[in-house]
Amino acid sequence: MSTLSLTSAFSLLLKRDLVLAYRRRAELVNPMLFFVLVTAMFPLGIGNDAKLIEAVGPGVIWVAALLAALLSLDSMFRSDYDDGSLEQFMLSAHPVSILVLAKILAHWLVTGLPLFIVAPLLAVLLNIPASAIPTLMLTLILGTPVLSLIGSVGVALTVGLRRGGVILSILVLPLYVPVLIFATDAVKTAIVGIPTTAQLSILSAMLVGSLVLAPMATAASLRISLS
Amino acid sequence: MTAAATNTAATYEAESLACIRDDRVLFEDLSFGIKPGQALVLEGRNGSGKTSLLRILCGIRLPESGKLLWEGEDIFRLGPEFHEHIAYLGHKDGSKLDLTPLENLRIAQGLGKASEGIDLDEALDQVGLYGFEDVPTRNLSAGQQRRLAIARLLVTDAKLWILDEPFTSLDRKGIEHMERLFEGHLNRGGMAAMTTHHRIGFKDEVQLVRINLSER
Repeated sequence: MSTLSLTSAFSLLLKRDLVLAYRRRAELVNPMLFFVLVTAMFPLGIGNDAKLIEAVGPGVIWVAALLAALLSLDSMFRSDYDDGSLEQFMLSAHPVSILVLAKILAHWLVTGLPLFIVAPLLAVLLNIPASAIPTLMLTLILGTPVLSLIGSVGVALTVGLRRGGVILSILVLPLYVPVLIFATDAVKTAIVGIPTTAQLSILSAMLVGSLVLAPMATAASLRISLS
Repeated sequence: MTAAATNTAATYEAESLACIRDDRVLFEDLSFGIKPGQALVLEGRNGSGKTSLLRILCGIRLPESGKLLWEGEDIFRLGPEFHEHIAYLGHKDGSKLDLTPLENLRIAQGLGKASEGIDLDEALDQVGLYGFEDVPTRNLSAGQQRRLAIARLLVTDAKLWILDEPFTSLDRKGIEHMERLFEGHLNRGGMAAMTTHHRIGFKDEVQLVRINLSER
């Protein structure tokens, strides 16, 4: 009975955030547009040196994904904080960490998943060989949820501040670096044709670890931000 | 304290609470209890700590010292088990402006303890929002948005209503109507803790506990 109402609260909140995102879709395109524009501008800036573009390609895609994620983070709790919904979540009869997980999942579906979908096109643009594209996709599907999960802790800590943007970047970017290193390394290794199991295993470990720990840390941070 | 008050234990008890904000002591050694059918009314000047006290009662804010007991148990240990008994109406309505009133209430109900038999349409009807269920909340007037926030109290079976200036932007008729709603809740054995600048027009049967934070 209580697990049933917990799952229904989870899906209710997930649906709510998706509906809200749909009703404000203009804001929603921003991070994806940023991602596409940055990666599309790169070959233009470098010129027609195919070897060089291929060499920096994985890095460019991942740095752009990282910054796009950072750009979209603030929207995760901002409007809920402003209109008082966040207080209501904290007073819910359900564990806050589960509700937070629903919000993170919604945030990833809206901002992370689109990056995953457009990535193959950008990979072609950056001259990444077709054999490495599956690995790139794998790193994105494993890595972008980690960005949302880790980011949620940072946003939760800074949501009460008037100008939290700079602090948020300083707080969150260092934590994003391991994801960046292992993801780009996996793609580079795949381009050369060497197995990438090691890097992908570490990315999976990061995903599982942050999936377990981040919601609890976020719930605790929100409690601090609201009190 | 009356004799009746001493021999039955209160459902919600506060023991020697203290609150400090920006190095200023707002109140200290504040103790009281709320029993079924009782309403705690907080009075005091602006900045005397009424909102802070209500947020402490919810468990959103930690008191500097003191204890809060729900049926004898510490509320911070109970956590969500305590939250299912309370409904909080703060300064901010807590409704999403991009959702319709009905969608907002559905979420409020989902966040609380699952309760049967409380119809969302009926709750909207009770606060006078019948016919507005599918209008985006953004298009409602300030008073109507406040009514929607009050409707949220009706869709879970929370026993303790914590109300911070519930009558803000309501018209006179609306205030009277909401007073009847609150009275009904108290007569059913509910409890309330509230602040208001209006003179409350409850009928005599309702037991009010008044605490003035500026005259302590």
